[in-house]
Amino acid sequence: MIASLQLDLSLTVSESGFLAVLAALVVLAWRLKTPAVWPLAALALLAVFNAFFTVDFFELRWIDSHLFGIPIDILKNGSYVMLLALGMTLVIATGGVDLSVGAVMAISGAAAAVLIKEHEAPFILVLAIPIAIALAAGLWNGLLVSIFKIQPLVATLVLMVAGRGVAMLITEGFRPTITRQYYAYDEFVYIGNGFLFKLPFAVTIVAVMFAITALLTRKTALGMFVESVGDNDTASRYAGVNARVVKLMVYTFTGLCAGVAGLIYTSNIRTGDPSKTGLYLELDAIMAVVIGGTALTGGRFSLLGSVAGALLIQALTTTMLIHGLSSDQALVPKALVVVTVCLLQAPEFHRKIRRLLPAGKRRAA
Amino acid sequence: MKLRIDSKYIPLMASALVLVGLYVAGCAAFADRNFVSLGVIAKLFSENAFLGIAAIGATFVILSGGIDLSVGSVVAFTSILIATLCFDPALDPRQVGEVAQLLPADWLPMHPLAAIAIAVTLGTLFGTAMGCLIHFFKLPAFLVTLGGMFLARGLAFMIRIESLSIKHPFYAETITNRLNWTPIDGVQIPLIVFCFLGLFAIALYMAHFRRFGRNVYAIGGSEESANLMGLPVAKTRILVFTFAGFCSSLAGVAYTFYMAKGDSAGAGVGLELDAIAAVVIGGTLLSGGVGFLAGTLIGVLIFALIQSLINFQGTLSAWWTRIIVGVLVLVFILLQNFVTAASRAQQKE
Repeated sequence: MIASLQLDLSLTVSESGFLAVLAALVVLAWRLKTPAVWPLAALALLAVFNAFFTVDFFELRWIDSHLFGIPIDILKNGSYVMLLALGMTLVIATGGVDLSVGAVMAISGAAAAVLIKEHEAPFILVLAIPIAIALAAGLWNGLLVSIFKIQPLVATLVLMVAGRGVAMLITEGFRPTITRQYYAYDEFVYIGNGFLFKLPFAVTIVAVMFAITALLTRKTALGMFVESVGDNDTASRYAGVNARVVKLMVYTFTGLCAGVAGLIYTSNIRTGDPSKTGLYLELDAIMAVVIGGTALTGGRFSLLGSVAGALLIQALTTTMLIHGLSSDQALVPKALVVVTVCLLQAPEFHRKIRRLLPAGKRRAA
Repeated sequence: MKLRIDSKYIPLMASALVLVGLYVAGCAAFADRNFVSLGVIAKLFSENAFLGIAAIGATFVILSGGIDLSVGSVVAFTSILIATLCFDPALDPRQVGEVAQLLPADWLPMHPLAAIAIAVTLGTLFGTAMGCLIHFFKLPAFLVTLGGMFLARGLAFMIRIESLSIKHPFYAETITNRLNWTPIDGVQIPLIVFCFLGLFAIALYMAHFRRFGRNVYAIGGSEESANLMGLPVAKTRILVFTFAGFCSSLAGVAYTFYMAKGDSAGAGVGLELDAIAAVVIGGTLLSGGVGFLAGTLIGVLIFALIQSLINFQGTLSAWWTRIIVGVLVLVFILLQNFVTAASRAQQKE
């Protein structure tokens, strides 16, 4: 199943360049004490493996003055999970979880495809209507969680179950394909296939969304509100934080992220596919967040860690694809890595390990 | 005389009401097309037996306050494992695609019963392993079973990517022909329905008449209290996930009986959600500790009835099943919130 691994000890310029950048990032993250250091370190380990065992993993090429190469592919294919992970980070930081993001992706993608194909809508509507629907879906989740006080896992399960049905209804059970003859084709296809600043446009979208989220949460009090709600709902309410509004906002924001991710995916494959769009991506997003050091119990979060976690998952998938595993078989190592990382982070695991150590070492630790 | 109903029975009665209402509505709407027939009822059971088997395991997990997302993947893994173990190239030379060499060649093909035993054992151990991770390392159940979901699906693909039909004579003759019960002409009740009902009876006994069941309810109500009362929390929690793994793999066996194939990509996709939905529609509280197995049976039947009503109706797309089930889940969650709040207010008085 796995193609034989060939060791290539010599390092090319681009390989050593990438390794140096990753090493610098790990050191920087270590110095800054962000939880992003763990996924970054794992990413660096994976890069070392690829430098020695994967041919041309880090080779970048210019084609038509655009940058191509496996690292670029990882950035591009990881864009969906990175986007979802941004919203999921905030939701998990409030002590919740959102299982519906994959279904919301499918809804927004289906809506966009139908708008282009059936209604020949102008581009601005093709963007605005799916995003509005995704926001409404997020708001719905938020209402169930904050006003009706349903546990997040359950509240978002409703949309996860029903959402794909809604997407199917929008497309009337078909998979509408977008071709050149439609009005908004060029602009729409640019979202998932175009290039800006030599990089895939999707990467720019992720960067902008990340910057906005990071600024809003770290340069205003919003991030602190989110963390306080996740830490202790009641206490934060007594301290004057409107927990309801905070929760409504984070779920709506997650809806937005999922909507944008759905647009990128649909644009990329030029098809609104209600049953495949975003399938299992909610799981990838949750894993990216957990790997990134955001506690599932809520109360603290790291956006950078989540993005690094998403990149790690994508890099892992890509590496395995190159080495001959099918994307379905790649689930096995992925699951093992995720469970291991969660285990390593679990406080209970640390306690058990410490108990196993002999008494003298225990004091030293 | 004022009739007093314990508030814990309200969701169960609501589920029963929905079931009866749906059935009466179906009978009224499709009276001219034989909706009121034993055949239709038998089909409700036979087409959803593997969902029912999976839902029984899910009920215990949810009652104990956990959740199991690995159900569908374990079904896929079990089905493809059984199909591969009893695959005989001589019987079926047209199957294309790679079949992984799982055991020494002279052991294969083995009898389906042996293959089933192996598959169910592995599935059960899989559940045990997840239970241990959840209990000993205090990892959230949904995260561990999420990992389990990926792992089982991936392992299924490791065995074989394409689906593999089972041509073994045991399947072709015994299961599909001889072990079916035909009470009257035109009504056929296959073996898996009896598996489902038998398992249901055993589960009912375990939940309501054995210490194990009491412990499950106690842990679901409050793990801390259960611990302080000296109940065996560790043993019970691990047993619950073991039982869920057993049910999932048994559902996989039922899948092979029903479809006569193993399928790593298509088997049990979304089954975990359907099972959870059936449990919730049956009136079980997702936060644990409250609910009945009888409710799960009703929930599965409601699910089945919605499906067959949409089939009978003909013009609605099958995707309406998903939407209606989603709405029903929501209604039941709201109802339970309401009931919990009301009974809390009652206690205060």
